[in-house]
This record gives sequence, C-alpha cells and structure tokens, in this order.
Amino acid sequence: MNTILKKSDSFYDVYERRPGADKLTTTYCPGCGHGVLHKLIAEALDDFGVREKTIFISPVGCSVFAYYYFHTGNVQVAHGRAPAVATGIKRAHPHSVVISYQGDGDLAAIGTAEIMHAANRGEGITVFFVNNAIYGMTGGQMAPTTLIGQKTMTSPRGRTVNNEGFPICMSEIIATLKAPVFVERVMIGDTKSTMHARQTVRKALKLQIEKNAFTFIEVLAACPSNMKMTPSRSRQWVKEVLADYFPLGVKKDVSGEFERKDLSRMVVKNSELHDALNIETAKVDSEKIAPYREKIINEEIKIAGFGGQGVLSLGTVLSEMSMRHNYEVSWLPSYGPEMRGGTANCSVKISKKKIGSPLVANPTILIAMNRPSLDKFEHDVISGGLIIYDDSLIDRKPTRDDVDVIAIPATKIADELGNTKAANMIIVGALIEYKNLMSQEVVLESLGDVLKRKNLVELNQKAILRGAEFIKNLKK
Amino acid sequence: MAKQFLKGNEAVVKGAILAGCRAYYGYPITPASEIAHAAAMYMPLTGGTFVQAESEVAAINMVYGAASAGERVLTASSGPGISLKQEGVSYCAGSELPCVIVDIVRGGPGLGNIAPEQSDYNQVVKGGGHGNYKVIVLAPNSVQEMCDFGMLAFDLADKYRTPVYVLTDGFIGQMMEPVEFPEPIEKIPEKSWVVKGTDETSDNLITSIELDPDDLERHNQKLQQKYAIIEEQEQRAEEYRTDDAEIILIGYGIVSRILQTVVDKLREEGVKVGMLRPITLFPFPTKSMTKLAKSAKFFLTVEMSNGQLVDDIRLIIEGKIPVYLYNRMGGNVPSIKEIHDEVMKLMRLS
Repeated sequence: MNTILKKSDSFYDVYERRPGADKLTTTYCPGCGHGVLHKLIAEALDDFGVREKTIFISPVGCSVFAYYYFHTGNVQVAHGRAPAVATGIKRAHPHSVVISYQGDGDLAAIGTAEIMHAANRGEGITVFFVNNAIYGMTGGQMAPTTLIGQKTMTSPRGRTVNNEGFPICMSEIIATLKAPVFVERVMIGDTKSTMHARQTVRKALKLQIEKNAFTFIEVLAACPSNMKMTPSRSRQWVKEVLADYFPLGVKKDVSGEFERKDLSRMVVKNSELHDALNIETAKVDSEKIAPYREKIINEEIKIAGFGGQGVLSLGTVLSEMSMRHNYEVSWLPSYGPEMRGGTANCSVKISKKKIGSPLVANPTILIAMNRPSLDKFEHDVISGGLIIYDDSLIDRKPTRDDVDVIAIPATKIADELGNTKAANMIIVGALIEYKNLMSQEVVLESLGDVLKRKNLVELNQKAILRGAEFIKNLKK
Repeated sequence: MAKQFLKGNEAVVKGAILAGCRAYYGYPITPASEIAHAAAMYMPLTGGTFVQAESEVAAINMVYGAASAGERVLTASSGPGISLKQEGVSYCAGSELPCVIVDIVRGGPGLGNIAPEQSDYNQVVKGGGHGNYKVIVLAPNSVQEMCDFGMLAFDLADKYRTPVYVLTDGFIGQMMEPVEFPEPIEKIPEKSWVVKGTDETSDNLITSIELDPDDLERHNQKLQQKYAIIEEQEQRAEEYRTDDAEIILIGYGIVSRILQTVVDKLREEGVKVGMLRPITLFPFPTKSMTKLAKSAKFFLTVEMSNGQLVDDIRLIIEGKIPVYLYNRMGGNVPSIKEIHDEVMKLMRLS
C-alpha cells in the first residue's frame, strides 16, 4: 500500500528548476488552491498514461512556476495569452494533451479575448481556470472576480458596482458558446468538494484525450495570504462566500453527443507542392516570340478609369503577356479605398532591361477609360508619347499636340460584342497592334492561362481582335 | 521559363510554404491582407493550418505556441498591428523562438493611412518590444525577393533561434512581378529543444522568465552574444554602380528601386554616383557602409519616414563624411526628379 503515498509520476521527484535550497516543496502557500489542483491534474495524467504526451502551459501569476513541478513538456507564456499559445501547440501536435492553466486576472481580465475565441473555435484543449477572487502574485489587487465589498489593494474601500461593476462569471459566459463541450465550476473547499473536483478534472482531460473536445473547468480556490486568513478559514470562505456568488455545477455538457474532432492535417508530398501552390509555369513559344527578341522596348504605361472597368486587369494582362515575351515587367496598383468605387489606376513598366522604379510618373503611354483619368494624367505624358482614350465615354479630346492620340470607342465596341466589360481587352488589342509590342498569336493563345474567369476567354479573344482591327482600319 | 506573375504579398506565402512553413496565424490589415488571403488559400492545401486570430496579440501568441511546438510559422501585419504584436515578439525573443513576421508598412502614426511608408523602421529594427533584444530584419525590394526572403527568413530564424522580420512597404507587397519559384526544401531542421508531446521532449521548457538577476543577466548576455555573431556573419547589402562612386545614395525597399533609376539617370549625365541598399537592417550592413565612406564625398539617405535609417548610418559614419537625408512621409513616394534634384543641390553645396 506504499504506492498510495507516492508522488505522481507526472510531477518531478525533485524540483530541480526551483531556485534556492528547497527542491522538495512547492512555492504555493498553505491553503492555496493551486497545489491541490496541480495534484489532481498530475494524478489524472498518470492514470490516463499521458504524461509524455502532455504539454502544460504556465500563465502569469502564482502558477507561473508550474513548470517547476510538472514532468511534462512545459511552455511558459505571457499574461492572458495561454489559450492562444495552446492553439498554436495543439494544432502543431494534435496527438498531444494541451493544458491551458490560468488565474482570474489572466483569463478574465487581460486575456478575455483569447479565452473567448479559443473556446468559440472549440480548440481541442483543456482549460483550468483558478478563480480565487484576487491577484495573488502581484500582491492582492482586485480581480475581475473580486466580490462586491471585498477589500483589495486596489479596492481599499471594497469593490463597488458603481466603480468596478460586477464580478464576472466566466463559466456561465463560456457555456453560452456553441463549441465548448463541457463547462463546470467546482471548488477546492473541503474534502468532498475536492473529491468532486477530482472527478471533473478527469472528465475534462479524458474528453480531450478521446475526442479533442474543448473543456473549461473553473476552480474556486483560496488565497489565504492575500485574504489575510488562515488556510482553514480561507477555505471556509470559498465554500460559504465565493461559491455563494459563483454557483457550482455543470454549466454545459454535450460530451455524450459530441463526436471526436478530427485535427489531422492533409499530407502533401514535396513533389506535389508546386501544384498545390498553383505555381504554374508560363509557357513561352520561343519561335513565335522570336521577332520580338531584338525589340527595344521601354514603355511606362499608366492605365486609369472607374473601378469596375477592368483597369487593373488590363494592366495584369499586358504584364502577363510581356512576361511571355521575355520582357522585364512590373505592375503597381493604386490600392486602398480607390479600389472601392471611384477611380482606379495602375502603372505597368515593360522593358528589356531590369526595372528600377515600378512607379510611373511620366507615362510613355496613357490609357484613359474615363474623363477624370484623362483630366488627371494627360499632362504627365511625355512629349512624343501616346494617349489612348475611350471616346465612347470621354466627351472631350486631349489638348496635347505633342503626343500621338488614339480615340477608340472601346465601350461601344464591347457593347456590340455583348459585354461592356470587354472594353479593356479591346484596348489591349489596339495597343499591341499600334505599338507592335508583342505577338497577337501568343496573346490570344495565352489568354486562357491568364484570365481567371475561363468562360470569358472567347469573348476577350474577340475583343482583342476587334481592338486590333480598329487600329488596322485607322492605319489604312 | 518557370516564372509566375504575382503580388509580393502572395509570393512571400508561397516562399514560406516552400521553406517548410505549415502554420499561419494572423489578423487582416491593409496593405498586408493578401498575405492572409494566400495563407488561407494554401496552408490547408499543403498540410498546414491557418487561423484568422481574434487579434494581433492572439496571433503572435499562436505563433509563440507553434514555434514552441517546432513548426515553421508565419504571421504578417502592418504598422498598427505590429505595434500590438510587440509584446509577443519580445516573448519570442526572450524564449528564443524562431518565427517569421512580415511587416508591410503603411503610413502612420496612429491610424495614418494605407499608403506605403517606411516608418516602422525603428519599431522593428530596434527590437520594438520590452527588454534587451533584437530581431533579424530582411528588407526585400522585389516580388522575387519576397519569395526568396520568405524562405531565407526561416533558415535564419532556425539557425539563430530568433524571430525574423521581412520588412517592406505597401508597394512591394502590392506590386506584381514575375517570380521564379525554387523547389521546396527537403525537410525542416530537427529541433531537440521543442515540445512535441513526446517522452523525449517532456523535459523541455520554453520560457522567458528568470527571476534571479544573475540568471537573467546571463540570459541577456547570451542573447547579446548571439546578436554579435549575427552582426558578424549575416550582414547583407547590394551595391549598385559604386565602383568609382563619389556620391552614395542609400535606401531600402521601394526606395532602392527608385534610387536605381536615379543612379542610371545621373550616370548618363556623368555624375559618379552609386547606390547602397541594405538588405539586412539588423544586422546593419556596417561593413559595406564604412568601406564606401572611405571614397565617397557624401551619402544621401532617402527614406519614406521622418529619418529613421539615417540615424543608424550617422552612428556608423561618425561624422567622417556628411550624411544627408531626403525624405517623404504620409504615403508619398519620392520621385526620381526630386531625388535627382536633391543630389544636384548637394553637389553644389559640397
């Protein structure tokens, strides 16, 4: 019968991590709830044979040194953040048993967001929440669970509803969420309640081990030192006063119907990774692009219009096609609120040389798809440059006489094709034809690879051809 | 040609995954959100996990957990979010946890705006959170480097057990360029110190607490020694047309792309000018800088901030040659003409 007196294997025999001469006792005060709860947890880990699999998260507060005692993987974390850290650990090692252990300031004040959302995601972890209605380690300040009228270092005249509000009932809050499987408030007050707490601790851990269930156990406990009470008096206070405000009992239990949560991850071989990442190799037909190999090209293009006119995709299509002609290319959008209504613009640089600045201040080519864009950028175009504008939407001609101008009714032609949105590709076709920038054949062939909406490829190919045709007719 | 045309913000995620990263925890913020979008798309498809956290604070602590568990883990944000993450970054540095944080800098202070700035330099390069720590900071200036540094960052993070930042501006995040993607790494390095929920790791402890002043001083000294090794071994910088340069322009991120064009233009005009681009901001590229200071008449630092990088340059140069600053703020980007004119003005002065 000697084994009954043996310390749990889930505790270290000798607390080597504890500084100072005493390596055999804990740092907890007589009467403190932490020591008892630690013991209940350690026994359960032993009995379930999961010590090796367990990762214990020590919070800030008196239990910051839980890692002195638990012979498990240990991670010590910032104030309030244990459930977030637990999330990262459990998802990395779904087979592990992750214990997120927090006090009342840690969980119910500074860490409110982390516990709410870990609970709401139903992370497969077990949360032990020690509520002793006071900040222990920092020296007896008010906790979010400090009772009305209770005097602390920061409520020296007693907590008032007026100034601090009511003590917060975390178990009841957590129980309102859909994902938690088992939520109970227990206490370490007398032998009977401690033995019940033991059962609850075991149930919670078992639910993680067997089903990856999120469970939340609030443990009412005493802090005799800060309450300035004897250990036995403080436990009496837990039983009579603390448990009176924070009712004990199961707040939620859906463990019966809860099906095991599968946390396993997909296995992807390295050889499949490029495909999984949608890394496609742009096809280049070296014969077809041969005529463009020696072409000197140094275009700085500004494309502007209303949001929704396909201004940005006009730029990306030009860029993608440039890449397929082995040109250096960069695309830079005006980003942000401008994207959502109003005007949008992007800058495209195409060159045979490595591109320095991707910004276009003085375009060699301006594509203006609405009046405000022409008004805004016309005077930035370099002398000898080109302005292409949609004269089905813009009611004035450019005033510059030192640049080439193409007026193209792109929107009107697009409407004739049956889709206003093809106006941008009509301009692509026109520009390529006018400047002889690249192989029309390559552009038409590659369009399917470049466009996201595959059902629009044919329409856009037609649009490119119509744009080119418009220029051919102009040149005649 | 194994090239794909895509955004910097997407390239960094693909690079990270090719480097074995299989966890992303983050919170959306413009202009970094496409990083979260790409991670949400690709992490689950490659055997990873993605969580949109409830806050930046939670996100960096999930990173803390994943790094403790031995995963290669990524998060990203922009100025305001990085400010919130700093607590967690300090803990990661204290607990010596490798992780990668991408900062796509926007205009500040406060809510500022979403246009590109470089005003996070101090809060990132100087550590940023509480305590005596530094982080490695890589500063890409192209979409290709967003991919490449996304990979390199993890190697450095694991090699030195430290958080590594990829620090760049809204433009590099938002712009698209062709990228060549390398093959994935074979497997991530074994880490014996992590917690894995196994017998052999059940004596491992991840912590940043050292109650005893002597112990904490020793821990700090160890960190400082690590930073000294990093300063010795990991400085990276790009020099552009510096061979006979009498004037050196200095800038990182999008500014360095503009400077490259300015250098070309000035060279055409016969001005002996070159560019130094810090690629690592910590470790600061002091070697290149002191070398160039020997032959240069002056340095001109160009920044999209109130002049944060320039402080570090002046510390290194110690008044040996003038170090000037030309800067824009608020999301404005210095133009080629502005910088060109500034150089001409300074030449007349010197």
